[in-house]
Amino acid sequence: MSFLTVENISKHFGSLVAVDGVTMRVEKGECRAIIGPNGAGKTTFFNLITGMLPLTSGRVSLEGRDMAGIDPSHRVKLGMARTFQITEIFPELTVRENIRIPVEIAAGLRFSPWMPRAMEGPIRDRIDQLLDEGGLHRIADRLAGELSHGDQRACEIMMALALNPRLLLLDEPTAGMGDDETYAIARLIRRIHAEQHMTIVLIEHDMRVVFNLADRITVLAEGRPLAEGTPAEITANEKVQAAYLGGAA
Amino acid sequence: MGNLDLRKQSTNLIVCALLLTLPFWIDHVGSYIQLGTQIVVMALAAMALNFLLGYTGVLSFGHAAYFGLGAYGTGMTIRYLLPSTGVGILVGTLVGALAAAVIGPMIVRLRGVYFAMVTIAFGQVFYFIAFRWNDVTGGDDGLTNWKRMPIDLGFTTVDIQHNATAFYYFVLVIFAVAVALMAFLLRSPFGRTLIAIRENERRARFMGVNVNFHIWMSWVISCTFMALAGSLSSLLNNFVDPRSLFWTQSGTFVIMCVMGGMRSFWGPLVGAAIFVALQDYLSSATPNWQSFVGLVFVIVVLFFPRGVMGIFRRKATE
Repeated sequence: MSFLTVENISKHFGSLVAVDGVTMRVEKGECRAIIGPNGAGKTTFFNLITGMLPLTSGRVSLEGRDMAGIDPSHRVKLGMARTFQITEIFPELTVRENIRIPVEIAAGLRFSPWMPRAMEGPIRDRIDQLLDEGGLHRIADRLAGELSHGDQRACEIMMALALNPRLLLLDEPTAGMGDDETYAIARLIRRIHAEQHMTIVLIEHDMRVVFNLADRITVLAEGRPLAEGTPAEITANEKVQAAYLGGAA
Repeated sequence: MGNLDLRKQSTNLIVCALLLTLPFWIDHVGSYIQLGTQIVVMALAAMALNFLLGYTGVLSFGHAAYFGLGAYGTGMTIRYLLPSTGVGILVGTLVGALAAAVIGPMIVRLRGVYFAMVTIAFGQVFYFIAFRWNDVTGGDDGLTNWKRMPIDLGFTTVDIQHNATAFYYFVLVIFAVAVALMAFLLRSPFGRTLIAIRENERRARFMGVNVNFHIWMSWVISCTFMALAGSLSSLLNNFVDPRSLFWTQSGTFVIMCVMGGMRSFWGPLVGAAIFVALQDYLSSATPNWQSFVGLVFVIVVLFFPRGVMGIFRRKATE
């Protein structure tokens, strides 16, 4: 049984078929990249996995558990955390507060009208640990909305990690970044993958990042799976080369 | 960080000192104690609204309904059931809380303008009930023929009926407890979850927060304190006006929050003070006082989008 199983899922928006019968199996501890030309349905595919959009047909299951009818907020409790193509953070709060909120939620305090004395220490330590891991300590007391794009991204990834997920979904983590920032984020993801054995699925445009990070790659084109394999297999695949280099597949 | 804490502490101290000493200086600035009480009551209402507006990011244009429910609940309890101020406040507040709890599930799925519109609609329902049900509510004439009763503490009696200063402090104590409770909640993990929803609903949802349920909770808390403010308002006037449920009154509460600054804890208090004082001074000078209040509002919104308290904040961070 695979960790994340996506079976033949489709999504129709009226007559537009955004995702058309995609199947994907991700093993525990794997880092899977999803690539494809613009409009290939990658983000829609993500939204189907996380439950942000309802499926037209097919099935998504996490560790064998069918996700049908499970609300996105509940999927988070089952271990799915994600970031977005356009960074979603709490702009008017400091970085520390941005991290504190998911840490407290993960500790089961979302309804707690006070901070239990016994939790204060562990929560502070966990926040510091995440700030350290994300390289955010130097900017911990700045407002998240004032940070550079790269720092905001790092903050968002650490917010997702603060939830103690078992599956981390990253939608174009390095989109719109310069080389230095891209390198820093790629290094952060690699460390999370290597040190915490986190299962990661990421959508990415930057092929250097993809080939650097991914164990396996799934290629989507026009909503359909075009190819799947190791980075070496994908590089050698003629269909992929045609889709990327030659225009039409 | 240390500076910010210091500034917050000093703001708290200034607010406390001004409110505690108000009866001693209000006469010297050409005003009177009842106006001070009115400011405290309206401040509680505005701060209650701001729990939802400023800290959960949800705009209600129907909070006057809960203010009015608190007022009628208190007035009708004292007039028809039991001549006790304490029981009156309790019943009024609970009636408002209950109505909010029941109406809440019908509206928390809505966002933005749609939420605001539906809160207006529900508010108007209560207004028309109060306005038309002459036999019970007094209809257009309002609920009269009752008075706030002295508070019997067992060992002594506080005569809030005739002693305006005693009544001011009575209101201030309730205000302090209510405001402390709200501040306490906002500093808790639960409160931070509400702020998370204000900041970024999608992010909050993808952190596993059941956003609608949290908004419902914030709505009920906000409306409960609103009803408490309405209850105190009815005691202050010994009268309930059906217009206190009208949707324009809801707008007034929103104006107080925006004018004072909804991102600041004390902002709504400052807004309420400015509004009530302006209303009092200007309405005795001109029947067109509302246009002047409107002018002040426009100036604040244009030049100080974060309200009066926002001016201080900007200065402090520069």
